[in-house]
Amino acid sequence: MNVLSNIGKYFIMLQRVFGKFTKWKILKQLILKDIDSLIIGSLGIVSFISFFVGGVVSIQTALNLENPFLPKNLIGFATRQSIILEFAPTFISIIMAGKVGSYITSSIGTMRVTEQIDALEVMGINTYNYLIFPKIIALLLYPLVICISMFLGIFGGYIACVYGGFSSSAEFVEGIQLDFIPFHVTYAFIKTSFFSFILATVPSFHGYFMTGGALEVGKASTVSFVWTSVVIILLNYLVTQLLLT
Amino acid sequence: MIKVNNIVKSFDGTDVLKGISTVFEKGKTNLIIGQSGSGKTVFLKCLLGLFETNSGEILFENKAIQQMSVKERTILRQEIGMVFQGSALFDSMTVEENVMFPMQMFTSKEVDEIREQANQVIKRVNLIDANDKFPDEISGGMKKRVAIARAIVMNPKYLFCDEPNSGLDPKTAILIDNLIKEITEEYNITTVINTHDMNSVMEIGEKIVFLLNGKKAWEGSKKDIFNTDNEAVSNFVYSSDLFKKVRKIYLKN
Repeated sequence: MNVLSNIGKYFIMLQRVFGKFTKWKILKQLILKDIDSLIIGSLGIVSFISFFVGGVVSIQTALNLENPFLPKNLIGFATRQSIILEFAPTFISIIMAGKVGSYITSSIGTMRVTEQIDALEVMGINTYNYLIFPKIIALLLYPLVICISMFLGIFGGYIACVYGGFSSSAEFVEGIQLDFIPFHVTYAFIKTSFFSFILATVPSFHGYFMTGGALEVGKASTVSFVWTSVVIILLNYLVTQLLLT
Repeated sequence: MIKVNNIVKSFDGTDVLKGISTVFEKGKTNLIIGQSGSGKTVFLKCLLGLFETNSGEILFENKAIQQMSVKERTILRQEIGMVFQGSALFDSMTVEENVMFPMQMFTSKEVDEIREQANQVIKRVNLIDANDKFPDEISGGMKKRVAIARAIVMNPKYLFCDEPNSGLDPKTAILIDNLIKEITEEYNITTVINTHDMNSVMEIGEKIVFLLNGKKAWEGSKKDIFNTDNEAVSNFVYSSDLFKKVRKIYLKN
């Protein structure tokens, strides 16, 4: 019952986000600030994780290719498929649910606890639009982060594979190009766009409607991470069913 | 002037406000007092429109807030200044930006003009050399001054303060009380203050409304409070020995 009520509240919140708009001059500053903290601020960790996980995927694949009849270019092929189809769009989004999601929940939650949201409301400001809309717009740049993740993931795989002596550079590059279906990239970006909306709105919901004090801000961040991850995984399944089967 | 007619507010079937009626007059410091849990904050939030009442009316200049359109409510909210208990300053903004914020939001003035006006108000609340500081770099008393400056920068018709001197030392608390009183007279606004600080009652209580278990148990001025025979209000106001002695001396003279 509580879950149903929260789902209802979430959609009412979305309706209000696109209600009365904040002055563009103010909104522009908020969007730029959010791009800096949500997108630019995440590039470091996303790059680091992508590079090394790409390397691990390639080593794991190489170690499992024991049969001498299997061509070495399969390492590049498997790395490309894993990174483009799942690792970059889905698993980076789960990591972002922890990083960006808990940042959004705790910042909005702290504003709630310290009555800053009440102060905005008393002034007659649409707090849903003021607080959440800039985050949705900032996260429109999220596919760019995933694009960087894809590139670095495959590059990490290449470095690990070639310099680890598992295959030659030519074999790995041949694998990357093998049976390449451009729609897979489109599919990855379609689901990334859905995830970016979830990353902006689900944590905002948990921050906006939280009650209590500092301890509850921490709890709300954890709950927000769990629910954002759950929604991303479910949505991943649905989008995959719709687009790839 | 704000007129309150028989307002009731319930949460989960429990009445928190049980039919309160009163009038808050213009140019006066109106105080709402009462024990913790008596419904003061809920009453204030109903006046501000942050909570919808279950029944009754709240009239701003004879116009009921419940009957106002969304646009009228938005206009009304721009005529309201609010000082929150914890100041509620935006911690990502400097002192100057906090004070400039309402004007940036609701006026089409140029930034320089807004900054000049904000600085005049900052000066009015006696804040010196704090413009570039962030809220976590200033003291509690300074935060209250910034909150007051932000509340009055749009020249509001109504000023609401929720426990404006909580957490402050007695000297700073009196300074803040007097600042609010001066501003009320200077700007001729209707000020409503939510407090349980008896120093404030004695210092600036031009009209006092005493709440007890969600009901209005007494109302009057700070002079009336010395002579009242209402047991509930006497027990609350004169709970300390010091105030009991003060009352005795006052009545003797």
